[in-house]
Order: sequence, then C-alpha cells, then structure tokens
Amino acid sequence: MATPLVVSEVFKSFTMHLRDGIKLPVVNDVNFSVAAGECVVLGGPSGIGKSSILKMLYGNYAVDAGQILVDHKDKIVDIANADPRTIIDVRRHTMGYVSQFLRTVPRVAAIDVVAEPLVIRGVEASVAKENAAELLSRLNLPRELWSLPPSTFSGGEQQRVNIARGFITSHRILLLDEPTASLDATNRRVVVEMIAAKKEEGVAMLGIFHDEEVREAVADRILDVSAFSPRKAIAA
Amino acid sequence: MTDTPLLKVSGVSKFYGSRIGCKDVNFELWPGEVLAIVGESGSGKTTLLNCISTRLLPTAGSVEYRMRDGNFRDLYHMSEADRRFLMRTDWGFVHQNPADGLRMAVSAGANVGERLMAVGDRHYGKIRETATDWLGRVEISADRIDDQPRAFSGGMRQRLQIARNLVTGPRLVFMDEPTGGLDVSVQARLLDLVRGLVNDLGLAAIVVTHDLAVARLLSHRMMVMKDGHVIEHGLTDRVLDDPREPYTQLLVSSILQV
Repeated sequence: MATPLVVSEVFKSFTMHLRDGIKLPVVNDVNFSVAAGECVVLGGPSGIGKSSILKMLYGNYAVDAGQILVDHKDKIVDIANADPRTIIDVRRHTMGYVSQFLRTVPRVAAIDVVAEPLVIRGVEASVAKENAAELLSRLNLPRELWSLPPSTFSGGEQQRVNIARGFITSHRILLLDEPTASLDATNRRVVVEMIAAKKEEGVAMLGIFHDEEVREAVADRILDVSAFSPRKAIAA
Repeated sequence: MTDTPLLKVSGVSKFYGSRIGCKDVNFELWPGEVLAIVGESGSGKTTLLNCISTRLLPTAGSVEYRMRDGNFRDLYHMSEADRRFLMRTDWGFVHQNPADGLRMAVSAGANVGERLMAVGDRHYGKIRETATDWLGRVEISADRIDDQPRAFSGGMRQRLQIARNLVTGPRLVFMDEPTGGLDVSVQARLLDLVRGLVNDLGLAAIVVTHDLAVARLLSHRMMVMKDGHVIEHGLTDRVLDDPREPYTQLLVSSILQV
C-alpha cells in the first residue's frame, strides 16, 4: 500500500487584489509525508501557516506550486491539480477534516450532522444514527441535545459534535485542526483515546494541537512549520 | 463516481444586439452534482441559466444532454415537442417567483398532479396519493391539498413549486434564486429541504444565486460571473476560502458577518 499522504515542494501565497495586489507568502517548499498509523503534529507559533497547510491538503486553498499526493481508492490523486469532482470524492471516501469551528446548517439536528458523512457514503440512515449516538455519548454530549440543531450549543459542545462527525467514518487520512481547543480535561482525554484508536486502525493523521498535554499524548512526530516559513528565509 | 457527464455545455454565448449576455461558457455537469452560478445582478447568470435550459436560444455554442437511453443529444437540435417533453419529465425549473412556475388558480394537488399526468399517469387515486406524499415531503400539510396556491404564503408556494418539479423524478433541476424573496427563517427551512432532497434523490442541479451563503450550503462547485464572462470556477470551498480573482475577492469580502 502506498503512503497515504505525501506533500512535495508545495508553495503558497495570497495575492490581495483589494490591497493593491500585495503578495503575502504563506509557506515555501513544504515537504513531508504521513505514514499509515502515524500522527504527525504541526508545530510552530501562530500565523506560521499550520492551518493553511491543512486547508491546502483538504482542497480549500489552492497551491501555487507542488504536489499533494493522496492514496485514494488505490490510485494516487494530486489534490493540487485535481478537479472539484475528484476532491469531493476524496473527501467522501479517503480524507476527513475536523475543523476548529462547526459550520452549522440551520434546522439540522446534532445527531444528523454527525451521521451525515456516513449517509452520503451510502450507509443506511438508522445504522448511521446508531453510530452517531455511540460517539456522542462517548464524548459526553447530553442526550437531550442530540435532536437540537447545534447552532445554539456552547463552543465545547459544538466542537464535540464536530469531532464526532469527523471520527464517524473510516477515512484513511484525518486532518485535525485544534480539535481539543475548547474542551474540558475529561473530554480531552476521550479525544486522545479516540485518536489512539484511529492509529491502531492504521489511519494517517495530521493535526494542530496547542495543548501540550494532548500533543505529548498523541504525537509520533512534530513537524516544525517554521522551517517552511518564507519570513524566516527573508530574515536569514 | 460515474464517468459520463449528464450535461456538456460548450462555447455558449448570448448577445443582445451588441451587448453581451454571456460569453463562451464551457462546463460539464455530472449526476448528483450541484453547481452554483454566482455574481451580481446583470452579470449574466440568468441569461446563462435560460440558455442552458433552452428557455432562450443562444447566439452560439451547444448544450448536450445525456438522455435516459445513455445517448447524448444536442438540445438546440431537438424538436420542440421532444424538448418540451424533456422539460416536463426529466428536468425541473424552479423560478424565483413561484407564480411563474405554478398555476395559481388550480389546487395544490393539481399543480403536483399535472406533471404526473404529463408522464402518462391516469389513475386519479394514485395521482392524489403521490401528490399528498410530495406535499408532505415539502412540509405542506395534507389538508391543504385542495387549496389554491393563491392562498399560500411565499415560502409555501416555493415549496409547492419544488414538489411540482420533483414529482416526476427529474435528473436535472434548474433553480433561479430559489430563496430570493423569502425571509431568513423561511429561507433556512427551504435550503435544508432542498439540500436533503438533492442528497436523497441524487439530483444534479444548477442554482443561480447572488447569495454566497446559499451557494456554500447547497453547491459542490461554483462559477463566478462578471459582465457575462465566467471569471472563476472551482470547488465551492476553494472559491470562497481562497478567491483568486479581484472581483471574487471583493464579493467574498463584502459578505456581512452576523
């Protein structure tokens, strides 16, 4: 089996046309790979480009140059050049993403938000809901909230819905953008256990964790993003 | 993932005299895919939608559609009768103003039933049963089936229009500002409904909207138009999170945060 995720010579900058076209370099020459069953943590100070790297991998940001190679259905797909349809298929079957914030859809109940990734993959709705219920109770989300839309939930509650949604599928690659940021100690521990279980299953994970305790517990390797910072290159 | 597109649009242009309606638009649409066309008023969104759906004849270009038998046919070279049949059965068109897509003076049930009769259903009981089922799916209670849409609120009319369009199991639906004139709570309900139906039925859809939040929620792919040209085209998340063109950056930065 191929390495699930390989990032090679990726460059990214933003051109702000509304600000006289200034060019903001984000990262230069990013190179790394994530093996199956490995959890790599992106390190470095805020604003260095950690979230941007995750967004490029997930296809939310375009890249200026380089390749992002994903092992998708036994074929290698280059996210940097894939058409939208392929990226959607990769997201559906191969690569999951737990963002910092939940983008809520009005009126959709928390349990359906969590079950949705399974339903789109063709799992029967009742089975998907059972799995969703299991995850939500594991993450200690009070049962009376399950049937409510998460837009009114607290930050920590929304984040748990988000985590459950990200962890419900058996995606081979999982991108985690500060999934534990607004959680209490008990739930942080649950998430650490869930990440460990994903490792056992051979999932390749790439994450951002500012909480030192969580980082210590989950990281197999820390990748210092400052090494890719164009600002460092200018300073040097 | 199927490997054959449902619709192939090549070089579609429409000129009104010397003025550009839309120019040289190319794209393909696959089953189950939702494409949003965004841009400000006058950018050519609706002209393009009308050209693709053959409501308007373009000045140049071709649109090919994969029929149920698997063969592609050029829509502008079909007979009027074939085209009308396609529009009544395999396609849906949801207008911004429900009055343009409904018969206001016949009952809600008849509005839904009419499309069924167009595909050959003749059994009154069955038609009524299907109509009731569809009213339920768009959250209109069964006891309103004999009321005319004139007696419905704006949001209900729009939901009825959707039921009327989807009852024949179309494979492609065109929507022109489907949430246009509705207040936000009604809009949220309609969006949730459309999103669910598109997912459940595996519909392909082309949605014209000036509302980027609607585009984010409903579409997989997005086309940004300005002065009749497609200036940016890509995965919806990518266009909204990392807009490349000056005009798209302006659009995205102009969204009000609540």
